[in-house]
Amino acid sequence: MSLLEVNNLEVIFALRHGDLVALNDVSFTLDKRERLGVVGESGAGKSVTGFAVINLISKPGRISKGTILFDGKRLDRLSEREMRHIRGNRIAMIFQDPMMTLNPVLTIGTQMVETLRAHRKISKKDAAKIAIAKLELVHIPSPERRLAQYPHEFSGGMRQRIVIAIALLTDPAIIIADEPTTALDVTIQAEIMDLLLELCNTQDMGLMLITHDLGVVAEVTERVMVMYAGKVIEVAKTSDLVASPMHPYTKGLINALPGHGECDEENRLQQIPGSMPNLTEIAPGCSFHPRCEFCQDICTREVPELRSLAGMDERKVSCHFAGTEQMQ
Amino acid sequence: MFAFIIRRIIQATVVMLVIGFIGFSVKHQLGDPVRDLVGISVSVEEREALRQELGLNDPFLVQYGRFLANAMHGDLGHSFFFKRPALDVIFDKAPATIELVFAASLIILLVSVPVGLYSAIYPKRFFSRFAMGASIVGVSIPVFLTAIVLIYIFAVQLHWLPSYGRGETINILGWESGFFTLDGLKHLVLPSIALSSIMLPLFIRLIRAEMMEVLETEYIKYAWAKGLSSKRIWLVHAFKNTLLPVITVGGVQLGILIAFTILTETVFQWQGMGFMFLEAVERSDTALLVAYLVVVGALFVVVNTVVDIIYGLINPTVTVASR
Amino acid sequence: MQTRRQKIKESYLLYSFKRDKVAMVSFTILAILLLAALFAPLLAPYNPYDTASIDIMDSEIPPSWTEEGDSRFFLGTDIQGRDLVSTMLYGLRISVMIGIGAVILQALIGIAVGLVSGYFGGRIDAVLMRIADVQLSFSTLMVAIIVSAIVQIAFGVGRYEQLAVPILIVIIGIAEWPQYARTVRASVLGEKNKEYVEAARVIGLDSRRIMFSHILPNTLSPVLVISTVQVANAVMSEAALSFLGLGMPVTKPSIGSLIDAGFEYIFSGAWWITFFPAVLLIVFILVINLLGDWLRDVLNPKLYKG
Repeated sequence: MSLLEVNNLEVIFALRHGDLVALNDVSFTLDKRERLGVVGESGAGKSVTGFAVINLISKPGRISKGTILFDGKRLDRLSEREMRHIRGNRIAMIFQDPMMTLNPVLTIGTQMVETLRAHRKISKKDAAKIAIAKLELVHIPSPERRLAQYPHEFSGGMRQRIVIAIALLTDPAIIIADEPTTALDVTIQAEIMDLLLELCNTQDMGLMLITHDLGVVAEVTERVMVMYAGKVIEVAKTSDLVASPMHPYTKGLINALPGHGECDEENRLQQIPGSMPNLTEIAPGCSFHPRCEFCQDICTREVPELRSLAGMDERKVSCHFAGTEQMQ
Repeated sequence: MFAFIIRRIIQATVVMLVIGFIGFSVKHQLGDPVRDLVGISVSVEEREALRQELGLNDPFLVQYGRFLANAMHGDLGHSFFFKRPALDVIFDKAPATIELVFAASLIILLVSVPVGLYSAIYPKRFFSRFAMGASIVGVSIPVFLTAIVLIYIFAVQLHWLPSYGRGETINILGWESGFFTLDGLKHLVLPSIALSSIMLPLFIRLIRAEMMEVLETEYIKYAWAKGLSSKRIWLVHAFKNTLLPVITVGGVQLGILIAFTILTETVFQWQGMGFMFLEAVERSDTALLVAYLVVVGALFVVVNTVVDIIYGLINPTVTVASR
Repeated sequence: MQTRRQKIKESYLLYSFKRDKVAMVSFTILAILLLAALFAPLLAPYNPYDTASIDIMDSEIPPSWTEEGDSRFFLGTDIQGRDLVSTMLYGLRISVMIGIGAVILQALIGIAVGLVSGYFGGRIDAVLMRIADVQLSFSTLMVAIIVSAIVQIAFGVGRYEQLAVPILIVIIGIAEWPQYARTVRASVLGEKNKEYVEAARVIGLDSRRIMFSHILPNTLSPVLVISTVQVANAVMSEAALSFLGLGMPVTKPSIGSLIDAGFEYIFSGAWWITFFPAVLLIVFILVINLLGDWLRDVLNPKLYKG
């Protein structure tokens, strides 16, 4: 059994004009020490998936269907009190923008110690010791002194290291990182990613890396799940996905990467035509069909299932024609 | 930080000089120090001699300089009605006003913080909606009408509380205080409620709006993701961030309460500075009026400067240099 | 482009107005009150300024539906024997006149200062805003009370009462201008660096032209929002001044001075002299505040905090 098992998850946002389905039948697993990438455009439902796991979807959203199994427990059934014991303790999160994540009026020390003391019965002194150890782990120099400082005294990259250190405090089983490097400078992005990768290996953690950047996913993760308009459209080993994408959308994503895919005669990067539909106006049939160059009659009528392909156990794709000759 | 404090103090001094100038101009144009000193039953020759002696025929700026120098020594002129130094009269009346403002501030703080926080955390609950509705009705009722209604209900109809005056006071180190007698406290209830009524709605709305804004921020969402208790998130993470704007706006607003004491004291015949000020206007007691202007001006300036400095101290991100 | 955006905005305004019952009721009441104030001389059964028609024997008559009421005077009479309905209508007229006059004056001063301050920036801005800050910190009511007290002593009570309306307009106008200045400055700063202003400058239009034809329209919605609240504030300030005896005289009363005049008699049983003007004042201010709240929610301009 996997450490985390999400089955047929549906999240809806109750809006004035009706319900908006943000996640539709999302299923995936995450094993111990596994690194899973979640890829998609903004609005595809990646972040909602991450927050749904710790049952922290902003109002008016809620989980309406499906199950979330973590360590044998149904997270979607836990009381708020029990859930609080999971959040930041067994499953930690790293947010997108480190400039916005830390509370500006509390010191780093306070924000670290309170997290530990929310989950363990320890003294402030002992908590501070652990905090210092974790700050060392993320390569922050002279951590004792840093504890007394406020977030604004740190650079963006340093702050993200602190956020990572906070995530490490309770030795969680899983870290969910929601676009952890998007808000940072390019040079710092690589440093943070290397750090995350290093920590996953040394600290025995699973990682759910939510990003729109297939390049980062290719470097860091072992498995990847591609999302489009609230649905999972392809799941595969990262190396397989990059080498041979099956879904037309994934193909487009890979082709859009510099140095990947077949470039056309003018040798330019390719783009996927059009843009992802707004969740309120999803077309019937396959939600990708208006943008798909292989679109057939059936695509406009029937929703494709997420199915395994013959002879490829670890791959799943939701396309009527994936693996057939029409797609070549 | 030190340079910032110095700059604020210099600024406060400049404002005080301007207030002093306005006060002096009023006195120069309208006041009659000779009458203030000796009354009207003195012959013209004697008056002229006195004028010369008092330096009232000196150039304007010379007299302004003298006014400032005297003010520095605590001499703001002579009240012609009370036949005493104006500042003494004001200091006699000040405790009444300060106690009234203090009691009203206390009510405002004790009511607005919980109500504001509650209606920000649960904006859709009945109580929150009720508080918001009541607060807009509250700001629309002039303070003197609130005062009249309170008197009518609790003093005239129910006879629960006295309708005017300060009641029994005790002299503590030269301070006439109504805080330590039951009678004094009874007299304080209605005026302080009336005075707080004008600011209470503003504070509730301010705290609610700021708190709601803070609750939407990423760092609050992150605090939830860290598994903190809701109590800690609301009272430490969110409230501490709400405090900053509330202190800046709130500090100034509490200063503004002093203006409303004039109205409240009039209705309740509360023997404070506001009541004295209106009497001074009716009696054309210019020296007292000017002294009131200077004292209240100083009070405002001190409150604002202190609020600014506190703000600088508790907000770690304040960019001191740019202020 | 500009006009189209404007149209969309206006229709949105109308749409949300029709959906909001509170806004509609408030607007209706406000419209009725304003019309009543405007046509007071036509609507009022008596002329309260006409001393010949007033009989002191009619003083302190309770409302007509009470036992001692007089059918001639629906809401009763005041201490001088004036019909309360007529006096209230004329009083409302004066309160509205002073309120609107003061708001126009403070808007003119405030918008001019705000534009100059926001557009030129630098030293001028620093000095003007510091003055605004300091004046605001003294509270507009305090400034109004002290200035009116000084003016009353300078003029003497008799002359002050003759000139009360223009004097009060000026006093309240001067006391409240910083609100406008700060709001307008904030929105000028917001608009200043937008591309269209830059573009206008590149074409070589002079700065004054840019300011008035481009920036001013964009500052309109915050100005509209604070104007509603400011009218309510001005009427309230006038009422407060009159209640303190620093505003309109009893011979030519505003709502505030009516309340003041009746206040002394409230404990001897003549509650109606204070009660009805008080209700009128509260309703008038309340509907303006409700409308202002609604406008703020709909237009949602960036208002200066504090």
